[in-house]
Amino acid sequence: MKSYKADMHLHTVLSPCGSLEMSPGNIVREAVARGLDMIAVTDHNSTLQCRSVQRVAEDQGLSVLCGVEVNTREEVHCLAYFQWPDQLGEFDRLLYERLADIPNEPERFGYQVVVDEHEQIMDQPRKLLISAVDMSIEEVEQKVHELGGLFVPAHIDRMRNGIIAQLGFVPPGLRCDALEVSRHSSRQELLGQHPYLEGYAFLRGSDAHFPKDVGAGYTEFHLEALTWHEIRMAMHGLNQRKMEVR
Amino acid sequence: MIVSDLIKEFGLTTYSGEQGVDRKVTGGYASDLLSDVMGHAREGQVWITLQTHKNVMAIASLKDLAAVILVKDNAPDEDAARQSDEEGVPILGTSRQTFEMVGELYQAFRDHEIL
Repeated sequence: MKSYKADMHLHTVLSPCGSLEMSPGNIVREAVARGLDMIAVTDHNSTLQCRSVQRVAEDQGLSVLCGVEVNTREEVHCLAYFQWPDQLGEFDRLLYERLADIPNEPERFGYQVVVDEHEQIMDQPRKLLISAVDMSIEEVEQKVHELGGLFVPAHIDRMRNGIIAQLGFVPPGLRCDALEVSRHSSRQELLGQHPYLEGYAFLRGSDAHFPKDVGAGYTEFHLEALTWHEIRMAMHGLNQRKMEVR
Repeated sequence: MIVSDLIKEFGLTTYSGEQGVDRKVTGGYASDLLSDVMGHAREGQVWITLQTHKNVMAIASLKDLAAVILVKDNAPDEDAARQSDEEGVPILGTSRQTFEMVGELYQAFRDHEIL
């Protein structure tokens, strides 16, 4: 079994709150410099920046997992990861359709730009991406799974948009592939406060909005190879695959 | 004052948990953060919120609240309504927004010397 370091949660220039320094090139450079084997691109309610980060990383020995950080109707932030571009695209279209129709005001909220590998601006989504989508957390979970993706409530220890703050506790019927604990808490601390979380798998990402924070929190995967199926097995604790919060 | 008095006085919709309309009302609590309600709401209060998730009902029942009032014409999720029927804690609804509903309730509770 080999060990792989993966930052499972980070933002790019596409997130209005993400620094304009978070270009695909800068993110990949930081990730490689910090010895990460994989990063997951998880902008707010949009997956449009994933592919160009993936293309930049291709010849750098860095894997890129395409994902998104959904803000559900209950204002709970949830990470979703997808294996295939088609499913990613379908989910992206659904999110944008259900996203509240509030236009972004760049001077107030920040720029939302999709850039290519050469940092050319390709698109600027009109709607404010940090708003909530009109889908319950259960609907989001079901759709992610229907598309073969992985569903992980984000930074569950945080007061702002964490599932425990928003909903009081993790709903028993919600099929979470893992829970994310932020770098401001730990699995032990969470289990101390919420013993019912014992059976869940935990992972971590940096939630970086600035280049200096890339890799500031990460997940160490123990896998035979860095593939989608191996990652899935680690989340589900199958065949000795596992993950640890770092 | 009981829950059915509120339904009559404010023209509230009863979505579920109708058998609980004679529950005694001792005050109110307004919040959309469910962890906050878990920590701070008290037995007998009516809870005013726009959240419709099934956890609303789990918490209302855990805290032994008198009823839940959903604002802005929000209807409870199916699971929430089912649990409300099972536990007899009514889920009510209004087209008012939180500020208006809370203001009117506060005045009524003062008039009835509950607060």
